[in-house]
Amino acid sequence: MAAAHTTLTPKSPAAEGSTTAWDVLPHLVLWLGIALTAFPLYIAFVASTLTPQDVAQAPMALLPGGHGIENYREILLQGMKGTYLSPPVWQMMWNSLLMALIITGGKIVLSILSAYAIVFFDFPGRMLAFWLIFLTLMLPVEVRIMPTYAVVSDLGLINSMAGLTVPLIASATGTLLFRQFFLTIPDELVEAARIDGAGPLRFFKDVVLPLSATNIAALSVILFIYGWNQYLWPLLITTDNRLDTIVVGITKMIGTGDAATHWPQVMGTTLLAVLPPALVVVLMRRWFVKGLVDSEK
Amino acid sequence: MQRRVIFPQRALPLLLLAPQLLITLVFFFWPGGQALYMSVLQQDAFGTSVRFVGLENFAQVFADEDYLQAFWRTLYFSLAVTVLAMVPALLLAAMADRVVRGATGYTTAMLVPYAIAPAVAGVLWYFMFNPSIGVLAWWLKAMGVDWNPTLDGSDAMWLVIFASAWKQVAYNFLFFLAGLQSIPKSLLEAAAIDGARPLRRFWTIVFPLLSPTTFFLLVVGVVYAFFDTFGVISAITQGGPATATETLVYKVYKDGVHNLDLGSSAAQSVVLMVMVIGLTVLQFRFVERRVHYN
Repeated sequence: MAAAHTTLTPKSPAAEGSTTAWDVLPHLVLWLGIALTAFPLYIAFVASTLTPQDVAQAPMALLPGGHGIENYREILLQGMKGTYLSPPVWQMMWNSLLMALIITGGKIVLSILSAYAIVFFDFPGRMLAFWLIFLTLMLPVEVRIMPTYAVVSDLGLINSMAGLTVPLIASATGTLLFRQFFLTIPDELVEAARIDGAGPLRFFKDVVLPLSATNIAALSVILFIYGWNQYLWPLLITTDNRLDTIVVGITKMIGTGDAATHWPQVMGTTLLAVLPPALVVVLMRRWFVKGLVDSEK
Repeated sequence: MQRRVIFPQRALPLLLLAPQLLITLVFFFWPGGQALYMSVLQQDAFGTSVRFVGLENFAQVFADEDYLQAFWRTLYFSLAVTVLAMVPALLLAAMADRVVRGATGYTTAMLVPYAIAPAVAGVLWYFMFNPSIGVLAWWLKAMGVDWNPTLDGSDAMWLVIFASAWKQVAYNFLFFLAGLQSIPKSLLEAAAIDGARPLRRFWTIVFPLLSPTTFFLLVVGVVYAFFDTFGVISAITQGGPATATETLVYKVYKDGVHNLDLGSSAAQSVVLMVMVIGLTVLQFRFVERRVHYN
């Protein structure tokens, strides 16, 4: 589409002798980049429309076959069959969705309240609270695997949605982001609210929350992707496969990874795992970009 | 750090902070402290007796040939992933910066892999390069390459490197593009009038101005390669064949969860903690410099 119009592209201000080459080249390189990006997904799509026998006969076809609908119907409603019996994929997607939404909502609520407390009040221990939250950045799950597992196990949260989500809903990034934004709210607004007799909770609800709408939206997009894509944590916390998220479910489906694996089903599930977060990126691109850039400040 | 006009309440802010602080203490600081504590203890195989051993666990970890190998392997892996994810991203961002028509479409398409979980990226690449059924594995073999990541350690390493880098290009692309778009066009026009050709303009003007972004992405890339690639490795190789793709994070997981060697796993955790602290400090010190530049 875009490549067809290259000749219409306005000449760059730095145009010189080789103008046309320098105008077409970017499109060529970008299309090549997109092709390399999309290739693994395309191959997965083709595989998901074939039979296991088609895939096992290397090299497999590079054009889609006619078994797509039955494959997707099978995995969504019944799950994987063969040597490893998985729960139906709709159930895994539901688990992932629930997990992603609880983590997103939890992180937003906790971090916006914390930032509000730290920015709009003065109380003993304010800086201590700020540093405690900030320091969690330096304690990712990967560096405290065993003891965190022990805590969750002592609390009886193994194999529960609470165990999957609650330990992940503290958010230093979110708190820092909202703190940064709250510092830019004009003092006049706070003064006006106080003159009108509005208390801090009223001010939060009527002024701060509406002003934060775009920040909340941007952060939500990033957090949804973060929640949906969790892997190490659910792998540790769930042994009951009815609680499998789709990302964990796929890796269990591969098993030994030989030709006996039902690859069309695995690849169909893989695409179903990619679809929701990819749609979020494409449909909410503007917020996604804002969230990504803001959360790194 | 704080506003001039604030509310006078004392108890309310503590109430607002309580949920986050509670979770932070229970699920971050308590286990973090436990890791520190366990790293100086030694437990026998049945968990019946525990004794204080000081820094013995650390001494053992650093004397362990496997650990040292995992350390160098992780550095090699991280460097390869970071560079392989940055070079194409810079090229693509430079091209996207020149494009007027279709820029939004290109950008959106380039960003999609960010949405893909590392473990899922691993599965996608494993499928293409699986020695018995993979499409690209078949092509490699047809070209005479002896390709088998399930048996050959360096094949397996390349596979996890490429899968990890493929996913990270999107992120680097976005930040490089933002960096490029913030460079004043007048600077480039002036250089063009002076007769500098595009490539020369890029290396003498654009690239130096991008250096804060480049450094930032280098640090973020290393953090990604260290910690977030667990899913890629777990899905494709589980650290194998033998220990050919075992990174430090994968080793902590394996020694703790599978081998139940708690003392060693805790000591390894503490070493990783020190690395995270170093990388985070680097990242934040740099961000202040970036603000200063602007």
